[in-house]
Amino acid sequence: MALSEQDVLAGLAELVNDETGIAADAVQMEKSFTDDLDIDSISMMTIVVNAEDKFGVKIPDEEVKNLITVADAVNFITSNQG
Amino acid sequence: MTNDEIAGPIESSDEWIRQRTGIVTRVRAPEGQSLMDMAVEASKEAIEKSGIDPSEIDAVILATISFPYATPSGATMLAAEVGAGDAAAYDISAACAGYCYGIAQADALIRSGNSKYVLVVGGEKLSDFISPTDRSISFLLGDGAGAAIVGPSDHPGISKTVWGSDGANWDKVGMTGSILDFRDGKTEWPTLVQEGQPVFRWAVWEMVKVAKEALEASGLAPEDLSALVTHQANMRIIDEFAKQLELPESVVVARDIVETGNTSAASIPLAMHRLLAEGQVKSGGYALEIGFGAGLAYAAQVVELP
Repeated sequence: MALSEQDVLAGLAELVNDETGIAADAVQMEKSFTDDLDIDSISMMTIVVNAEDKFGVKIPDEEVKNLITVADAVNFITSNQG
Repeated sequence: MTNDEIAGPIESSDEWIRQRTGIVTRVRAPEGQSLMDMAVEASKEAIEKSGIDPSEIDAVILATISFPYATPSGATMLAAEVGAGDAAAYDISAACAGYCYGIAQADALIRSGNSKYVLVVGGEKLSDFISPTDRSISFLLGDGAGAAIVGPSDHPGISKTVWGSDGANWDKVGMTGSILDFRDGKTEWPTLVQEGQPVFRWAVWEMVKVAKEALEASGLAPEDLSALVTHQANMRIIDEFAKQLELPESVVVARDIVETGNTSAASIPLAMHRLLAEGQVKSGGYALEIGFGAGLAYAAQVVELP
């Protein structure tokens, strides 16, 4: 069964926390990974690879640069779940 | 060269560079010191430590991407400089995988009976091919050379090499232009550049698979290893790589990048040299070494430490 937007957000927040130590409740839909959460490109890629594992989706390299906000990532994952 | 010395043109800082790369200093050759000077010095040390006479060397392999002549090869000059006489000599261009490619070739040449002793050198003067304003790779790069003498043994000292390439990603690490474009005024002096994110993903998650395959091919268990010596690309890659490999704590992870920077083909022999010189590992132990970089090209093998 496909996960809801809220489930994906919670799961993603956990991955962000694991990689960067940022509190999970700071990971909100409108936040920008770079500008608001100060996540660098290498941490971002680690989060992406872990998200692929966790949610069973493939996030291609060319798609990663389009994931500006948390909402971008949540939407991509929810609409590409297997 | 410190982070502060290079941070200005990339609008960065010592803290930013340390945090994102783990690099505190990178070694850059002073004006007047060439790639060949460094390769000769490293080779002479390797020859002396091996105890052989340079005239016994049958082949000289120089792994480099920064020898400034398309031809003749740097290896022929190196062979003459170190007294290897009429040894076969050639360069290989496999970027950061170059040294491990060289070890694979030396291993094959000796096993086939073609050669008794092979000099393998990874050497780079990358500072000739960097841009002070490039934020993708230039600030990581350093200069240096490392060398090894590979010779016959009554027991296997080099495992089967697992290697390959991925030319579909030819453009992920490379130069800003060709020398022909430079000649024709279409580009500035070509310098090194990379797409950091895809390269990071490949260097960790794809290369960990290669490292595991190489370890399996060696017949050794993780606890048999003394060290993991990856290409010294970026501390973040090394840390994530070591984490993914799940090696026992007894395995020392080479982190020469902190002081030397990323020296492409030279990084693995330099990192190994440091581990041995500092007594972190002992001669006779086993090291899993893996080189990966532009091409994309990669090679991994387990070697007995000299």
